[in-house]
Amino acid sequence: MSTLHLVALAPFIMAIFIPFFYFKFRHIHTGWFILPLPLILFIYLIQYLPLGGGPMETVERSVPWVPSLDIHFTVFLDGLSLLFALLITGIGTLVVLYSIYYIANKKEEPLNNFYVYLMMFMGAMLGVVLSDNLIVIYVFWELTSLASSLLIAYWFHKEKSRYGAQKSMLITVTGGFAMLAGFSLLYMMTGTFSIREIITYGDAIVTSPLFLPAMILILLGAFTKSAQFPFHIWLPDAMEAPTPVSAYLHSATMVKAGIYLVARFTPVFGGAPEWFWIITGFGLFTLLWGSVSAVRQKDLKGILAFSTVSQLGLIMSLLGLGSAAVHFDVVDGQSLYTVAVLAAVLHLINHATFKGSLFMVVGIIDHETGTRDIRKLGGLMTIMPVTFTISLIGIASMAGLPPFNGFLSKEMFFTGTLNSTTLDIFNVQTLGVIFPAVAWIASIFTFVYCMIMLFKTFTGKHHPERLEKEAHEAPAGMLISPVILASLVIIFGFFPNLLAYTIIDPAMQSILPGLLEPGEQFYVNIYHWHGLNTELFMTMGVVFFGSMIFLNLRKWQETTFYLKERDPLNWFYDSGLVGLIKGSTVVNDVQMTGRLRDYFTYMFTFLVLGMGYMLWNTGALAVDMANTADISIYMYIITLSLVLATVVIPFVSSRISAIVLMGVIGFLVALLFVVFRAPDLALTQLLVETVMVVLFLLVFYHLPELKKETFKPAFRLTNLVISIGVGLVVTLTALSAHALSYENPISPISDYFVENAYALAGGNNIVNVILVDFRGLDTLLEVLVLGIVGLAVVVLIKFKAKKGEDV
Amino acid sequence: MKNTPVQLHVITRIVAFIILAFSVFLFFAGHNNPGGGFIGGLMTAAALVLLYLSFDLKTIKRVIPFNYSKIIGAGLLIAILTGIVGMLFGFPFLTQFDEYYHIPLLGETHAASALPFDLGIYLVVVGFTLLVILTVAEDDS
Repeated sequence: MSTLHLVALAPFIMAIFIPFFYFKFRHIHTGWFILPLPLILFIYLIQYLPLGGGPMETVERSVPWVPSLDIHFTVFLDGLSLLFALLITGIGTLVVLYSIYYIANKKEEPLNNFYVYLMMFMGAMLGVVLSDNLIVIYVFWELTSLASSLLIAYWFHKEKSRYGAQKSMLITVTGGFAMLAGFSLLYMMTGTFSIREIITYGDAIVTSPLFLPAMILILLGAFTKSAQFPFHIWLPDAMEAPTPVSAYLHSATMVKAGIYLVARFTPVFGGAPEWFWIITGFGLFTLLWGSVSAVRQKDLKGILAFSTVSQLGLIMSLLGLGSAAVHFDVVDGQSLYTVAVLAAVLHLINHATFKGSLFMVVGIIDHETGTRDIRKLGGLMTIMPVTFTISLIGIASMAGLPPFNGFLSKEMFFTGTLNSTTLDIFNVQTLGVIFPAVAWIASIFTFVYCMIMLFKTFTGKHHPERLEKEAHEAPAGMLISPVILASLVIIFGFFPNLLAYTIIDPAMQSILPGLLEPGEQFYVNIYHWHGLNTELFMTMGVVFFGSMIFLNLRKWQETTFYLKERDPLNWFYDSGLVGLIKGSTVVNDVQMTGRLRDYFTYMFTFLVLGMGYMLWNTGALAVDMANTADISIYMYIITLSLVLATVVIPFVSSRISAIVLMGVIGFLVALLFVVFRAPDLALTQLLVETVMVVLFLLVFYHLPELKKETFKPAFRLTNLVISIGVGLVVTLTALSAHALSYENPISPISDYFVENAYALAGGNNIVNVILVDFRGLDTLLEVLVLGIVGLAVVVLIKFKAKKGEDV
Repeated sequence: MKNTPVQLHVITRIVAFIILAFSVFLFFAGHNNPGGGFIGGLMTAAALVLLYLSFDLKTIKRVIPFNYSKIIGAGLLIAILTGIVGMLFGFPFLTQFDEYYHIPLLGETHAASALPFDLGIYLVVVGFTLLVILTVAEDDS
C-alpha cells in the first residue's frame, strides 16, 4: 500500500465519515469538510509533473488483491493518468467549492447523500485512471456508473431524475459489461490483466482472431461512457442532476473515462485500420450530430449537454486520427499524425476548463433567475456582469475564437483532419476529404449554438415577469470556481506552452509509446499564429457562415427542426424499453400458462427432441435383433393383453373402468414377472396393485362429480404426437442400449451377488439379501419415503386449512 | 342387524388368520425363499384391510387398537438401530451379521441381524398401508 493507492482510496474513506460530519456539525456546511481532500490530492499529484524539464518518471506500485486470478491493485502513474488525475482532483476541488454555495440550503437538502456519492465518484474515477489492472479498472468503472446514477437521481422525488438515472445506468452498464467481455478476451489472448504487459504483446494481439471482437467490445464500453453516437442519448437526460454534478461528471470527468480508455488502448489496438475507422468515424459523426442537435435546444443545460457530446466526438476522432501515427515512422518526435494526438490532449484540457466553467455559469443563472429556458431569459448582461464575462470567455473558447485556448485546439483539429487527406493507408485518399468537411460543418454549428447561448441569455430585453425570481448577481463564493476556470482558459490561451512539456508531452508519450527513442520527447509547440494557412481560412469561414445562420435565426426558428427538441434516437431507447417489457410479458404469458398440461407438453417435447437429437447426432441409434432371446407363445399372449389394456384406457369414459383397467395392467405385469422368473417382484407387484386399487377406489369414491372435459381436436392431436414421440424415443433408446451393450460388453455385477449371497450374508434369496444386506441403505431410505408419504397423507387430510385460513 | 352378512363375517374370521399366518411365513422365509419384510408387511396389511372391509371401522379399531403412525416410527427406529449397533463395534453403518446358534427348543437356528432390519421394514409397510387407507376412509368431509 503506497501513497498512490491512498490517492484512489482516500475519497472512499472520506465518504465513510461524511454522515458523521453532517449529523454532528449541522450548522457547518458539510462541503467545507470535503473541500481539503481533493485539494490535497491535487497538490500531491502536482509533484509528479516534470516541472524541471525532461521526460516524466513513471511510478508503479502494486498491492495483491486476488493474486490467484492475476488481479492486483496496481497503481501506474504516467503522463495520461496524471493528466486525468489532475483534472479529476482539480475540477473536483472547484466543484466542491461551487456546490457549497449552490446547495446552500443545508437544512433541507440531504447533503450527506450528495457528498457521499460525490466522493464515491471521485474515488472511482481516480481508480479508473490510476489502475493498471483491467479487472480493477472494470470495478472502478462500474462504481463510476453507480455513483453517477445516484447523483443524477439526487432529487429522487422527481420523475425525470429517476428516468435519467435509469437511462444512464442501463446504457453505461451495458457498455461496462461489454467492456468486461473485451477485457476477458484480451486476457485470453495475452494471459495477463496488466495493460502495460498487454502492450508488449502488440503483434500477437493484432494477428489473433479475437482481435476484432475484443476491440469492438472494449470500444462499446468507451463509447457508452463517453456518450458517442448512438449512445449519447443518456447525457441530455442526465442534466436533471444538480448542476455541480453536471459540471463535474458530465463535462470534465466521467464522460472522459471513455476517452481515457481509448487513449489507453491506442498502443494495443492502434495502427489497425478497424480501430482508425471506427473511432474516427464515430467521433466525427458524434461531433456533427451533437453540434447540430445542440442548436435546437432551448434549455441551457441541454445545449451544454449536446455540446459536450459533440466535443467528446471531436476528441475521439482526433484520437482515431492520431492512432495512424502508430503505423508510421515518427521523425524527431514530429509526424503528421502525432499532431492529432497533441490536439486531442490539448482539447481534453481545454474542454474540461471551459465546459466546467460554463456549466457553473448556467447553474448560477438557474439559481438566480429560477429558469434555464433561453426563451425566458434575456438581457442579463448588465444585471450579472461577472457571470456574463465568464460566459463570454467560455463560449468564445468553445466556439474556437482567438485568443482563447479553444482556438488553439480547433486549429490543431483542422490540421489533424487536413493531414488525414494526405494519408495513403486505410484507403483514405478518396474518402479523406470527408474528414475536414464534416469537421468544418460541425464547427459552424458549434459556432451557432455558442452564439445562441450567449446572445439569447445575456442580450436583448430583460423580462422580469417571466422569471421566477428577481435576477441579480450571484454571491462571491459561487463565482470563485468559474472565475478560476475562466482564468485558466485565458492563461492556457495566451501561454499554451506552459502545458507543453509538463503535461501534454508525457500524456502523448503514454498514448504513443515506443515511437520515440528513450530520452526523446515529442515536439510540442503550440502558438496562435500559423501564417495564412488553410486552417485559418477555415476558421474565418466558420465565423462567417455561423454568423449568417445566427442572424437568420428568425427564418428557420419556426421550422420543425428547431421546434423539436428531443433527440430522435430517444425513440429507439424508449420504445425499446417499453417493447422489452411488453415483449417479456407476452412471452411470459404465452409460456407460463399456469396449466400443468402445457408444462408437460414442454417437458415431453424437449425430452423427445433432446434425446432424439442425441441418438441421431452421436450415432447411438442402433437396432440389433441378433442377440435377443427366443419368445415363447405365452409371452405374446401376455404382451398382447397388456397392449390391449393400455390402448383401451384413453378411450374409456368412466373412471371406475379406468381403474379396473389399470389393475388389469398391474396384474399382467405381475404375470410378466412370473414369466421372467422374479417371484419376489411378482408377489410385491400383486400386493401393491391390490392395495393401489383399493386406495384408488377409496379416493375416487370421495371425488366430487367433475365436469367432463372436452379437448379440442388440435390439442388431442398434439398429445397424440407427443406421446407417440416419447414412446418411440424411449423404445429406440432401449433398443440402442441393448444393441450397444453387445459392442461394449460390461460384466454384470450380479455374478458377484450370486456367488457370495450365501457365503457372505447367509441367505439363499438373492433379492432379499441384496435388499437387506448388500444394498440395505437403499431399502432403509425407501422405507423412510413410505413413512413420510404416510404422514403426509395424514397431514393433508386431517389438518386441512379451514375456510379463509391461510397457510 | 337385519343386513348383517353372516357368511362374510364367518369366512373373514377364518381367512384373515390364514392370511396373517401366511404373511408371517413370508416374513420369516425371506432370507432363503421368496418373501421378506415388504411382502410380509403388505400381506398383513391385506389381512387387516379384509377385516376392516367386512366389519365396520369402529369394531376393528376396538379390537386392534394400534396407532399406525407410531408403528411407522417404531419400524424406522428398529431398522436404523440395526444399522447403528454395528457402528458401535467399529463396523460401517448397516453391516449385517449372521451366526448359527443352538437353541434348545428350535434346534440349530440361523440368526441374522437382517431379521430385525426386515422387521423394521415390515412394520413401516404395515403402518403405512393401513394409515393411508384408514385416513382416507375415515375422512368425512
